[in-house]
Amino acid sequence: MRSPEIATDPAPAPGARSRVRLQGDWTLRALSYRLQSFRAQLAGRRDDVAWSLTDISRLDSFGAALMWHAWGRRWPASIEIPDDLRAIIGRVAASAESPLPRVRRFNIVDAVIVLGSALLAFRDHVLDFTRLLGQLCLDLAYLMRHPAEWPLREISANVYKAGFKAMPVAALVGFLIGVVMSYLSALQLRAFGADVFIVNILGLGIIRELGPVLVSVLVAGRSGSAMTAQLGVMRVTEEIDALAAMGVSRTLRLILPKVIALTLAMPLLVLWTSSVALLGGMLSAWLQLDLGMAFFIERLPQVVPLANLVIGFAKGAVFGLMIALVACHFGLRVSPNTESLSANTTASVVSSITVVILVDALFAIATRSIGIPR
Amino acid sequence: MNTKPVIELRGIVTRFGATVVHDGLDLTVHRGEVVALVGGSGSGKTTLLRHIIGLTRPAAGEVSVFGAPLFSGSAREQRTRRRRFGVLFQHGALFSAMNVAENIGFPLRELRLATDAEIANLVALKLSLVELEPATALLMPAELSGGMVKRVALARALALEPELLLLDEPTAGLDPDRSMAFVELVLSLQRQLGLTVVLVTHDVDTLAALATKIAILSDRRIVSCVSLEETMELDHPFVESFFRRPFGLRAGIRGGGVR
Repeated sequence: MRSPEIATDPAPAPGARSRVRLQGDWTLRALSYRLQSFRAQLAGRRDDVAWSLTDISRLDSFGAALMWHAWGRRWPASIEIPDDLRAIIGRVAASAESPLPRVRRFNIVDAVIVLGSALLAFRDHVLDFTRLLGQLCLDLAYLMRHPAEWPLREISANVYKAGFKAMPVAALVGFLIGVVMSYLSALQLRAFGADVFIVNILGLGIIRELGPVLVSVLVAGRSGSAMTAQLGVMRVTEEIDALAAMGVSRTLRLILPKVIALTLAMPLLVLWTSSVALLGGMLSAWLQLDLGMAFFIERLPQVVPLANLVIGFAKGAVFGLMIALVACHFGLRVSPNTESLSANTTASVVSSITVVILVDALFAIATRSIGIPR
Repeated sequence: MNTKPVIELRGIVTRFGATVVHDGLDLTVHRGEVVALVGGSGSGKTTLLRHIIGLTRPAAGEVSVFGAPLFSGSAREQRTRRRRFGVLFQHGALFSAMNVAENIGFPLRELRLATDAEIANLVALKLSLVELEPATALLMPAELSGGMVKRVALARALALEPELLLLDEPTAGLDPDRSMAFVELVLSLQRQLGLTVVLVTHDVDTLAALATKIAILSDRRIVSCVSLEETMELDHPFVESFFRRPFGLRAGIRGGGVR
């Protein structure tokens, strides 16, 4: 490898052009060390000097592009150049003449198009979601008539993955939230001398509201994203197509088990998390307010009607159903590239949490006169 | 400089768990050669290619590229060495979040040497080099056909003006017409740019058209590395099954024609 050089011969006579000789290897690798100085030396004197390229031993398209752009994309007025190098620079010059198409600037029409396509995309989502829901109902009807084909193994696997394996983290989060809630309420209640009402606050709050929502957020982040990513990658690697080719219904084998499993597992997780949260609250109340655990446990069923437990269970089941449906819906929309996978996984988690909170609001309105002692 | 081999593998041993894939394998590739690595499925062709790229390291033995061990020298020297070869992965390995022009310009942009105008110019040049329309520049990899993906990947592999080109199954997944066109493209680029090429292939037509030497990987080592005509003369069970079966017929005819 000969390093590239620029040599300048002084002008032979006053008024004549001085000669600039380029020497050595003009390749990407050789040029990279002193590129800026070369670029500066080449630029700005295209027609002022006589160029000689006869001493160049190697020239690649990077070197050619460097010269061509430094010369302002025109041949110098005076140049001495072998034919093969002229051909290399000529190719670069030709491709500079036919530039790449540019991405068009964003204008008002594009804004309208973006808005319109967002609306159409929303319509697509609604249609797809309805179709998925309908297909699941058809699958359920089919399974009712052919009980031997229930995908029990897949359901149990999903209950294990989404339910059992989520127990430690759910317990940890539930316990801490219970402690925090109890601690903060205790400070206030003590000021009013209303210590005993901590049982009402924790019981109602956790069993009816906080337990189900907390678990939903956890499960949406943990299992919802996993379901979307799994289905998405199966689409990317054509595994779903392979299933279809074998005549195995993807909804029956992949989606229904997930939906059923999460609908079954979520109420149990809610029960588990709520009990651990209550345990945390109970401990904190005992330490803070000196409220005995036996008293707490005795008083809980008196102030929290059983209906609340049923509502908590129902919420858990419905939230689980929604999370699994949303996760599968987005998983099936993944197209085979990494960008789409990440976008759909994000959309899946965000949408399922939003849907859960919306449904929770509906629950709050629908059950406003149930299970609240007056 | 010309006498120094571009790639030199000495005593390569590769193990996956208990299975030994390569056992004391030697291979030398000189400047300007087009070497095709052939061998049965699971004989470790792609693994060998990954050793040369430096994605995996052999359990024993030494990989030398451009006259120096692959992992010798400072991080900067290693990087410079790596930039002297371009790799075409089997499935293209285009970055799916970038369009075609960004994919091809990516290595140049990473160098932080060229200006935007130069990069656009060079990308246009590489696109015309692999015989793609300038309009493809704005397409995303997901919108390309299999043949176009290979061409774009080849353009990206050529972005840093490599001296050595490594191709993993360059024609797999292309129909015969397109794979012949792709082979001719690689061949013309090889002549134009004076490249050294190492390719892994299963396709007899591809290697008959492209390779100046054929390295046969069998029994955990390179059993021969000679030209196609000489390979056809060899008395080896792999040559028998790979080249002389009906599938290898066309290559045989072509090989005979060259002679």
